Amino acid sequence: MDAVKTIPKADLQVNIGGLPLRNPVMTASGTFGYGREFENLVNLHRLGGIVVKGISIQPRPGNPPPRIVETSSGMLNAIGLENVGIERFLTEKVPYLKTLRTKVVVNILGDSLDEYAYLAEKLSGHEGIHALEVNISCPNVKKGGVAFGVDPEMAKAVTAAVKTATDLPVMIKLSPNVTDIASMAQAVEQGGADSVSLINTLIGMGIDTSSRRPKLANVIGGLSGPAIKPVALRMVWQVAQAVSIPIVGIGGIETAEDAIEFLLAGATAIQVGTANFYDPQATEKIITGLHQYLYEQKEICVRSIIGTIRLGSST
Amino acid sequence: MPNFQEKALVQAHEQLAPDIFRLTVHSPQIAQASAPGQFVMIKSSNTSDPLLRRPFSIHDVTSGGMLHLLYKVIGKGTRCLQNLSPGEQTDLIGPLGHGFQFSVQEPACLLGGGMGIAPLLYLAKSLQNVSSPRQDHQILLGARTSVELAPLVDDFQQLGYTVQAATDDGSLGHHGFVSELLEEVLPSVRTVYVCGPHPLMAAIARQCQAADVPCQVSLETHMACGLGACLGCTIYAPDKSYRHVCKHGPVFDANEVLWTL
Ligand SMILES: Cc1cc2nc3c(=O)[nH]c(=O)nc-3n(C[C@H](O)[C@H](O)[C@H](O)COP(=O)(O)OP(=O)(O)OC[C@H]3O[C@@H](n4cnc5c(N)ncnc54)[C@H](O)[C@@H]3O)c2cc1C
Ligand SMILES: Cc1cc2nc3c(=O)[nH]c(=O)nc-3n(C[C@H](O)[C@H](O)[C@H](O)COP(=O)(O)O)c2cc1C
Ligand code: FES
Repeated sequence: MDAVKTIPKADLQVNIGGLPLRNPVMTASGTFGYGREFENLVNLHRLGGIVVKGISIQPRPGNPPPRIVETSSGMLNAIGLENVGIERFLTEKVPYLKTLRTKVVVNILGDSLDEYAYLAEKLSGHEGIHALEVNISCPNVKKGGVAFGVDPEMAKAVTAAVKTATDLPVMIKLSPNVTDIASMAQAVEQGGADSVSLINTLIGMGIDTSSRRPKLANVIGGLSGPAIKPVALRMVWQVAQAVSIPIVGIGGIETAEDAIEFLLAGATAIQVGTANFYDPQATEKIITGLHQYLYEQKEICVRSIIGTIRLGSST
Repeated sequence: MPNFQEKALVQAHEQLAPDIFRLTVHSPQIAQASAPGQFVMIKSSNTSDPLLRRPFSIHDVTSGGMLHLLYKVIGKGTRCLQNLSPGEQTDLIGPLGHGFQFSVQEPACLLGGGMGIAPLLYLAKSLQNVSSPRQDHQILLGARTSVELAPLVDDFQQLGYTVQAATDDGSLGHHGFVSELLEEVLPSVRTVYVCGPHPLMAAIARQCQAADVPCQVSLETHMACGLGACLGCTIYAPDKSYRHVCKHGPVFDANEVLWTL
């Protein structure tokens, strides 16, 4: 660790479609609360960005318990998008968030184009809110979400609706529960997205064999954690071939090496999700590890490694 | 409320019964900030399986920044914990949640079933500092057998308390449920603190409500973070709204909990 301190600091700044970050390390929606939950455990000012828990117009109570279950190297969740709603978010959460020297991205969700547009407009023009991430993919809620995320036309329409309603940079968060992720990314790019983030959770389930009951009250839920990393990485790589807007990689990232894999595959930044739960220091360790890697690779700037995966035979 | 992530060295790891262990770690920051009924999240392995931290009540805090946990081996995570040896490092986050409110009404009854006994030792110790003569407090402890219960009964006796025990097989104390011991002591106590299996707590909550005695329960749910971030640890309040055990609890007033659906 001492060696890390003495290496020269690399330039970690990136720009995600109009959202400048001091480094490419963000926290993923739903895994970092509204930031403050981690204030004693993480130096929040050091992060590139914080993506807060998904916000809807009305507060949502979420799904019945049990909502989470551990799986091999991962977890399933069916939280059901519990959140405080936009009014309480603005009055109770934003005052704290704006004291942070990090970029704050607000994740939004809705049941209709109008709801997305309303949220986007309401969240614009506030000190302390720097960008929007649009959740078009949550698998947990029976209505809403799902339809937008799996149909290219709908995804494009939501993107356009949000873009029209706000001047903030708009990041569209893609669902992995589709057969062709690249065409979804192209659709939202055409809709005017400034960037895409991926992946959201993969739909899964678990059954308790002694009671023969599903392990989640909602029966199905979203799989996250290290178990999903190879799938996420593959999708980021495919999307990188298909679009020219910046990509934010998400899925099972816990170490600097994981993060670097995503950058090499074509992501401009990354989000850390489930790892925050078991290793709150994960984001800070990744930032430190990025400096170390760039130094070892004789690079002075993180931007010069993005998408530099070497394909073909090594000669 | 301050919480800390601490790398804590294992000081001692005692086996009390076939599947029951007491882990003592040097965790001065967490120990110093903790109150009875709060818990820690411990990383049980350095690998990604098991992935999540495991919640455990703070069993005791002793001088020199020592934090004690009492746990039963039941699955993957606790099997990993079992392998920790003195001198090895663990990784803890805590103290977490809201503990027992113990400045209120005396004398009290502390009722624990199985590993629910864990937080009650720390509570019993703390009550001594604030309250009426310790004989007035009632300690009722239950477990499956004497092998599991006897070492825990001992701990309370060493503090000077009289303990009433109950075992499922009758090998120690009353033959039956620990809840059956409550009826008799209920008229003489003014608060009941209970931690144990959910059906036990539900039964005690009903008894206390009928007798109009305030009752505090310490609940367990699956937890991913313990920090109020994942929103995974929900229970129902009587109006069917949700509460998060790691943040609003783990100790609740029994009237704030919906016991049956
Ligand atoms: C606030 C709180 C305090 C606790 N205090 C103690 C204590 O002092 N002593 C003790 O022995 N046990 C205690 N428990 C229960 C303890 O957390 C579980 O026994 C432990 O997580 C089991 O992990 P495992 O991997 O061995 O079991 P597995 O069954 O393999 O675990 C699988 C998953 O289920 C979760 N899980 C299983 N049982 C429980 C449970 N009863 N409560 C919560 N999560 C569970 C695990 O955390 C894990 O995520 C407490 C639980 C909570 C919520
Ligand atoms: C408990 C939990 C809650 C989540 N809530 C949201 C949410 O509200 N909105 C959203 O877009 N994604 C949500 N996600 C998905 C994550 O942001 C992330 O896309 C996913 O977990 C994959 O990353 P990971 O493997 O690093 O966790 C949630 C994930 C978890 C585990
Ligand atoms: S355990 Fe994550 S919010 Fe309670």
